[in-house]
Amino acid sequence: MEIKIQRYNPDKDNQPYMANYEIDIDSIEGVMLLDALEYIKTNIDSSLAIRRSCGGGICGSDGMNVNGKNGLACQTQLKNLPNKVVIYPLVSMPIIRDLVVDMSQFYAQYEMAEPFLQSNVKSDKEQLQSIEDRSKLDGLYECIMCGCCTSACPSSWWNPDKFMGPQALLTAARFVFDSRDQYRKQRLKLFDDRYRLYRCRGVFNCVSVCPKGLNPTEAISKLRKAHAESE
Amino acid sequence: MDIDTKTFDVIVIGGGGAGLRCALELGKSGKKIAVISKVFPTRSHTVAAQGGINAALGNVQSDDDWRFHFYDTVLGSDFLGDQDAIEHMCKEAPKTVIELEHMGMPFSRDAHGKIYQRAFGGQSRFYGKEKVKRTCAVSDRTGHALLQTLYQQNVRYRTKFFNEWFVFDLVKNKSGKIVGVSAIDVVTGKLCFFKAKHTVLATGGAGRIFYSSTNAYICTGDGLAMNLRAGLPLQDMEMWQFHPTGLYGSGILISEATRGEGGRLMNGDGQYYMQNYSDQGDLACRDIVSRSTMEEIIKDRGCGVKKDHVLLDLRHLSEEVIMKKLPGITEISQVYTNIDPRKEPIPVVPTAHYLMGGIPTNRFGQVIDHDKQDKVVEGLYACGECACVSVHGANRLGANSLLDIVVFGKACGEHISTNNIDANDVSDSDIEAGFSNYARMEARQKGKLFVAFREPMQKIMQDHFGVYRTEDKMKEGLDAIINLRTEYEKSAYYEDKSAVFNTARIEALELQNLMDVAVSTAIAALERQESRGAHSRIDYPSRDDKNWLCHSLVYRNSDYKKRPVNCRPLEIKPIELKERE
Repeated sequence: MEIKIQRYNPDKDNQPYMANYEIDIDSIEGVMLLDALEYIKTNIDSSLAIRRSCGGGICGSDGMNVNGKNGLACQTQLKNLPNKVVIYPLVSMPIIRDLVVDMSQFYAQYEMAEPFLQSNVKSDKEQLQSIEDRSKLDGLYECIMCGCCTSACPSSWWNPDKFMGPQALLTAARFVFDSRDQYRKQRLKLFDDRYRLYRCRGVFNCVSVCPKGLNPTEAISKLRKAHAESE
Repeated sequence: MDIDTKTFDVIVIGGGGAGLRCALELGKSGKKIAVISKVFPTRSHTVAAQGGINAALGNVQSDDDWRFHFYDTVLGSDFLGDQDAIEHMCKEAPKTVIELEHMGMPFSRDAHGKIYQRAFGGQSRFYGKEKVKRTCAVSDRTGHALLQTLYQQNVRYRTKFFNEWFVFDLVKNKSGKIVGVSAIDVVTGKLCFFKAKHTVLATGGAGRIFYSSTNAYICTGDGLAMNLRAGLPLQDMEMWQFHPTGLYGSGILISEATRGEGGRLMNGDGQYYMQNYSDQGDLACRDIVSRSTMEEIIKDRGCGVKKDHVLLDLRHLSEEVIMKKLPGITEISQVYTNIDPRKEPIPVVPTAHYLMGGIPTNRFGQVIDHDKQDKVVEGLYACGECACVSVHGANRLGANSLLDIVVFGKACGEHISTNNIDANDVSDSDIEAGFSNYARMEARQKGKLFVAFREPMQKIMQDHFGVYRTEDKMKEGLDAIINLRTEYEKSAYYEDKSAVFNTARIEALELQNLMDVAVSTAIAALERQESRGAHSRIDYPSRDDKNWLCHSLVYRNSDYKKRPVNCRPLEIKPIELKERE
């Protein structure tokens, strides 16, 4: 397998370049693209910088662009890849080094969503929530914040400072639709401007790249409905 | 060296569940605090916990009681757990879980709208007499939901984070007090001394000493090794839990919730074997299930061409249970093995999972040293997997680890909040000493590349300190691991010295930390001449309470000590020694 990786070390390189790695798949322990990257780091070039933590698709560290599509290296099976693989860092985010990008804008978007339950409950018992109300959070709370969606979203590319992007909007929906949250009205008020929620153009890139199979576009349309009804 | 200084009242090292819960508690105290994490907090390994968190809420059986939970935990620990700490944890559990619910944790719910509770291994009512459902769950993504909730609350209360900073070492002053840590900003390569009145180690586990592990790449025992290098001991390092159901091949965790919901382990002859080993069947304690599975494999009843694993059968579970209660592990088996657990059983094998041992602390989280009696190390706390308080003893019950991290994360925060001490003096040479290990590694320009040491270390630990242990094998393993560490200290190096996001540098230091953890495990395992909990010796097959009802302590210079187990709960009667099954 031939893996091409965009490399860039600001200490040494004036600009990014593509590095080629020829790898015999049979010599790799493991079946995922992350295993191949670890193989490169261990056997060919230990200076290759990537982020990775759990290796099992739940921590969201190793988002990258593989053959044109964002995804997690630890969830990408080598046998499903063609013989030539081209890897770039997540698009649209500033590169720190190699495949490591600066996600501070992405985290700022997340914080715009006020991502915490506001219920001010005083009781020493659990708040009750019906199975039906709880099921409204399914498809929203599972997000691992890998950034694959927001990095693939053209509206985010244009207005990352004003449009919240699919990840933060999915998070916003997770709290707007939580029956325990007492600040739904104020949360929806956040969307009175033209950008935060309404800049989504329904491109569905977020849906096609989400490694957890979530659907931010659907969450966005539900938020729009709730916002329209609240006015 | 150009070293910046930042000053806080409290610094918390690690942004997993324990560190984040501690930080939240400290936030209320008005103290100036910071969390230093080598990854963005939601990437911490708490995220990978699946099955749940134990608390005797009584939502399914209303007569459940924290005293039953206490009994199960003491028995599960094979009496190596400290009963004062276990009492505190089990008693606090219901309140702790309800606090998490109030914070927004999206628990699954039962028909009454209460928190959903499922069956888990080693859990009972009426002191072992009846089964119970005590494990509170968010589907099979409980750790992910817990970590996100705690992070979100820290966002709400504006906790100061230093993310992607790596801590090298504790900084000690002349009188032996801990006065902060030495650290590097991974993104820029800048060095900094974090000066603090209190330092909390919440750095998680070290499963990467083994070749096959459910642990994340980042579980490299950093806090454990810092403690050792500061001249302080580690406790019960021989006690490693092997999870019965790591995914065959990759080692990814397949939750005990699978068996809690009715899944069963099957051998190569197609037989469900756990009932042959324990009355609790597939829901026996993890040490028992892992040993039973190894027995099946050793007796040539394993599965596959190599007969080196077994199968976890979920085919008889309803579609609703699979989709509502076990969607995460369904996804994992499909993505990583192309197996749909509704149609085919999942290949699994016992896999290194959790360190019961760690940095010895009292039940307030204060780190202790021991010389005939316990002595508190001033300025230093520990909580979570890196700590050994000890609530898990020789074997942890499933779903007690998420409980441990929130209960004792909070306990640390509470104790520090009321512990008003003045800042201790620190000299330039104290600070320099905190950077000396890093400086030595950084200066080395030739030798052997650090990456070449990783696999040999992991293979030694896997082959010599696995589920079953013997004197000969362990002696051989101890020699090999000490030699490897010596060679590492002498010759390991990284070529790349650049400043920005230099992961080679960080990984070389992490591997050095793992080496220290591995050596302490090897020493402690060889010393303990009995079988207790997860420590199973073929040459000493029984528990020996006369000689070994004690914690082990290991120092970096290989010194070894024994320390008494606390068998004195504060308000209830201790559990008397008895045989497990």
